[in-house]
Amino acid sequence: MLESVKCVILILSGKGGVGKSTVSTQLALTLKEKGFKVGLLDVDLCGPSVPYILNLETENIHQGAEGWIPVYLDKDQKLGVMSIGFLLKNRNDAVVWRGPKKTAMIKQFLEDVCWQDLDFLVIDTPPGTSDEHITVMENLRQVPQCSAILVTTPQEVAIEDVRKEITFCRKTGIPILGIIENMSGFQCPTCNECTNIFSSGGGKALADVAKVPFLGSLPLDPRVGKLAGQGVAAVKELPDSNTSKVFNHLVTVLTESTQNGS
Amino acid sequence: MSNVPDNAPQHCPGTQSEDAGKASACAGCPNQNICSSGAASEPDPAIELIKNRLSNVKYKILILSGKGGVGKSTVTSLLGHGLATRNPDINVGVLDADICGPSQPRVLGVRGEQVHYSGSGWSPVYVKDNLSLMSIGFLLGSPDDAVIWRGPKKNGMIKQFLSEVDWGDLDYLLIDTPPGTSDEHLSAVQYLSAAKLTGAVVVTTPQEVALLDVRKELQFCEKLGVKVIGVVENMSLFVCPNCNSRSEIFPATTGGAQHMCAEMGARLLGSLPLDPLLARCCDSGRDYLEQLPHSPASTALRDIVDKIVAVCESGSS
Repeated sequence: MLESVKCVILILSGKGGVGKSTVSTQLALTLKEKGFKVGLLDVDLCGPSVPYILNLETENIHQGAEGWIPVYLDKDQKLGVMSIGFLLKNRNDAVVWRGPKKTAMIKQFLEDVCWQDLDFLVIDTPPGTSDEHITVMENLRQVPQCSAILVTTPQEVAIEDVRKEITFCRKTGIPILGIIENMSGFQCPTCNECTNIFSSGGGKALADVAKVPFLGSLPLDPRVGKLAGQGVAAVKELPDSNTSKVFNHLVTVLTESTQNGS
Repeated sequence: MSNVPDNAPQHCPGTQSEDAGKASACAGCPNQNICSSGAASEPDPAIELIKNRLSNVKYKILILSGKGGVGKSTVTSLLGHGLATRNPDINVGVLDADICGPSQPRVLGVRGEQVHYSGSGWSPVYVKDNLSLMSIGFLLGSPDDAVIWRGPKKNGMIKQFLSEVDWGDLDYLLIDTPPGTSDEHLSAVQYLSAAKLTGAVVVTTPQEVALLDVRKELQFCEKLGVKVIGVVENMSLFVCPNCNSRSEIFPATTGGAQHMCAEMGARLLGSLPLDPLLARCCDSGRDYLEQLPHSPASTALRDIVDKIVAVCESGSS
């Protein structure tokens, strides 16, 4: 089902809560704003966040003649979304599954969803280097245009886990597009003093050590946090924010790399 | 609950199912004889082993959260230090069940230590006289090493941690878990079923994206019959060190942990403010409670420790 997808981008991080889903959704929204056709697949089965962030929690998946039809954010069907969240009856329902069941579900997501022609498929993953990741990698081996973006926060506790994820990418042969540092500094809205709550510079330092490109630092911006649940792009709502600059830059990097690659 | 082996044929009914070894899918499976003999549906012998091994551990507490990065490991380490300092006569053990992303060795400041294997089992690493730690982090050669394991292998590791670590006499065993409601969590709860799990402390942050996953974790506890001791809200408020104004960095748009607790019938144990120094202490492995005993986070934490102790002690008497 992925033959008509031009480019697959995996959003990875060994660590949880660093903003994988925020980066995934904002990246997909930014790509959509730039006029691309985008798919967003959420393979975090135990904690799907994408439906909530994009304000699609009440939507349902339909079965079409060619497979599962993703939920579309807009009428033009520019951004299609697939997540296990759409299959749960109640938003509080827990998915208490061991590995083999998760593997089967992800295989279905990768094989049975009818994405139609896509410029980009963004895949949001859970933290770790386990079942979900191994399954995704195994199934994407045949897809030529596939690369990973790693998300981290600046503190060493997070960097430590992201280093493991880099090893994972190297072992499985997925090219790393680069590292994004999230939550790097907080600018106090009252006095404009910038506090590095979770330290700073860790992402850049990691990128240097691991010899992968550094794609930018996203500040800790409560305005962006508040966009969660609305499904709007930061580049549209907050065009002057640093967050938007990073995502605009990221899209430029992505389009260049796909053009060079093809 | 699934108990289908990783290499099982398609449509395997599961080793514990009534149809094990008898379903049509079982024909040709190399394990068919074992399954049909009923040997596979017997309870795992490890459960009894773990019960014996942990018979000298009074209270076993799981630290859970559906969401990642909310501070499970930070809260675990703070509770460990808090319990150990509160009463120097008690012994506290911390087991890091996060196989793919072990953080405890760093947070507790014992990175690079070695675990030793003796006749009585693996001896944990001692952070201080009455606080010990076991983590897969000690078994990795380099910090870059990734543990790329599927479920069954992770379960095996947790089983070993529970059955082969020589904790000695412990008052509290805190088990730090990875995010989610999957293999590690199911295994920990199942393996501890005979050893009696005291309960779970659930950690969250105030924003809805986190609460969404934490509600799932509370439901997980309900499904498996794990008692929820209470919920700790982490990263709740940020006080600017320059102007002392308060900001909600992770806005509690849906009422935060307090509202969720009321809705789900859980108890809120307390809220820890977002303190940049706490993040620094975790990175460098220093004891935050000892370094900054009078900070708002330390005060809140001591209060949380008192509540947990009260719940544990009232339950055992």
